Amino acid sequence: MTATNLNETADRVRRRDASPVLRMSETAAANLDGNPADPADDERMIMNMGPAHPSTHGVLRLILELQGETVLRCKPVVGYLHTGMEKTGEQLSFLQGPTNVTRMDYSSPLFNELVFSMAVETLLEIEVPERATWIRMMMCELNRMSSHLLFMATNGMDLGAVGMMIYGWREREEILRFFEKVTGLRMNHNYIRPGGVAADLPDNWQADLTELLDVLPERLDEYDILMSGQPIWRDRLQGVGVLNTAEALALGATGPILRSTGHQWDLRRDEPYLAYDQVDFDVIVGTYGDSYDRYAIRLNEIRESLRIVRQCIETMPKGDYRIQDKKVTPPPRARIDQSMEALIHHFKIFTEGFKVPEGEIYVAVESPRGELGCYLVSDGGAHPYRMHIRGPSFVNLQTVPYLLQGGVIADGVAAVSSVDPIMGEVDR
Amino acid sequence: MADQDPGAAAGDAATEPPRRHGALVASSRGQTVLHAERAQLRTLVAALTAEGFDQLIDVTAVDYSVADQPRPLPAEVVPERFEVVVGLLSHGSRERVRIRVQVPESEPTVPSLFDVHPGCEALEREVFDMFGIVFEDHPDLSRILMPEDWIGHPLRKDYAVGRIPVQFKGAPSSR
Repeated sequence: MTATNLNETADRVRRRDASPVLRMSETAAANLDGNPADPADDERMIMNMGPAHPSTHGVLRLILELQGETVLRCKPVVGYLHTGMEKTGEQLSFLQGPTNVTRMDYSSPLFNELVFSMAVETLLEIEVPERATWIRMMMCELNRMSSHLLFMATNGMDLGAVGMMIYGWREREEILRFFEKVTGLRMNHNYIRPGGVAADLPDNWQADLTELLDVLPERLDEYDILMSGQPIWRDRLQGVGVLNTAEALALGATGPILRSTGHQWDLRRDEPYLAYDQVDFDVIVGTYGDSYDRYAIRLNEIRESLRIVRQCIETMPKGDYRIQDKKVTPPPRARIDQSMEALIHHFKIFTEGFKVPEGEIYVAVESPRGELGCYLVSDGGAHPYRMHIRGPSFVNLQTVPYLLQGGVIADGVAAVSSVDPIMGEVDR
Repeated sequence: MADQDPGAAAGDAATEPPRRHGALVASSRGQTVLHAERAQLRTLVAALTAEGFDQLIDVTAVDYSVADQPRPLPAEVVPERFEVVVGLLSHGSRERVRIRVQVPESEPTVPSLFDVHPGCEALEREVFDMFGIVFEDHPDLSRILMPEDWIGHPLRKDYAVGRIPVQFKGAPSSR
């Protein structure tokens, strides 16, 4: 892409004759709510949608400027779930960090833990054992599947395919059951930690997983019958909430939103981390950049993740599941009774924590929603000096006014749903 | 052009530190970091965009006021309390750069990058909300995560954890 047309794009996004972004304070919007701004034109009004609306995926609030039923401009209002997690991250030690970040994007917690742990490891300049890398990759792909299944469920529910909600949740629950076996928890696992993972895979994990993987392909084919090929579903989504590549790039959109415009970009392929350069998978891209493409991309990404998980089962290397550096990972419980040194290491790690050399780093992974980044600054102490998470949902929400512009309110529900924002990550 | 060598813009003298579009080039754990002056930020980002860095990935800030030790910076860079950090990504050459800009406490303003990358709008609002750094020429610089009438900037280091009880001032509402 050349410089001139990129700047033109930025210009157009900025100066669209009728900019889709409503820039109005909440107070001003509250005063106008429900009343026509101009008495002569009583079709045109400001309307509030959310934060407690069934299709806003948590607590997203949209201030809409409507002409009749058509959306002219829109302002997403966020912050209802803000709990200062970046500030909290500065109080916790590097070992405690994952317990905090895992609660950000609660539908794909392992990715948050992964990106934080990778940032800490880069600052420490340590390499995790091969088995830990593969366990991380396998668990993350399972998490991508569970997250996309959750999207299938909520997207179906938003559009009136209530049956789909039950099916999506059913399949997701089966994956979460496997997570519970491995990590002890269905969500917020604190499983991926700096230095490796918290525990090795349980006995017989291959059998559990194979059983799960054998069921899923036919279930996904059922989704195709229930939704993909169904005329009502297609009519509801095709051509709704269209974005082109230039707009997506200019707005910072990543993940399925960027890929739906036909732009091939997936950090797993383009900036391989973990062992993604050793597995075989396809990057799914769309053509039209509409809600249907975003739905279809996620459905097919579940299939690609299945392929990756199968390869992980086959090649899972033997060895340590965490680095054997006693300054970073705690000693096994049994050693504490036998070795004074192990007791000291244990005590030091859980009271003071380990120190991370001074420096700053940005690490990014491909989460189910796009580029999840972690900017980590250490001043040489045992706590991050600054921990910033670049949440893909937060940035992707900027596309919402563009997706909604010119459509009717009912299509807005389809468009917001197809962005798949997780508000925990938006607000942090 | 997109694959331009990082040191291509460097002066011929060997003692001269490498520069790229006028910004000092440094490295942090193998990642490219550019140290820019506030005044040159916008032209630098525009030049990098023209070079192929087609997406602005991240805008954030750090408050260095209570760091245990002075951070390592090139000799030419004068450390200030705040640092605004901008991440750019080139999809063509699969390359990233990070721009660090020193922002003094006495005048915490930075030019907005909205002209070049409209995707920075929410990110810059977040930095303004959390650090009180003002982005000049931003179209709608308002709080984004905290309530509109909140006082203080939570991610500043002098904003203590748990200092303030819940601070809602009865914002006017229609319901």
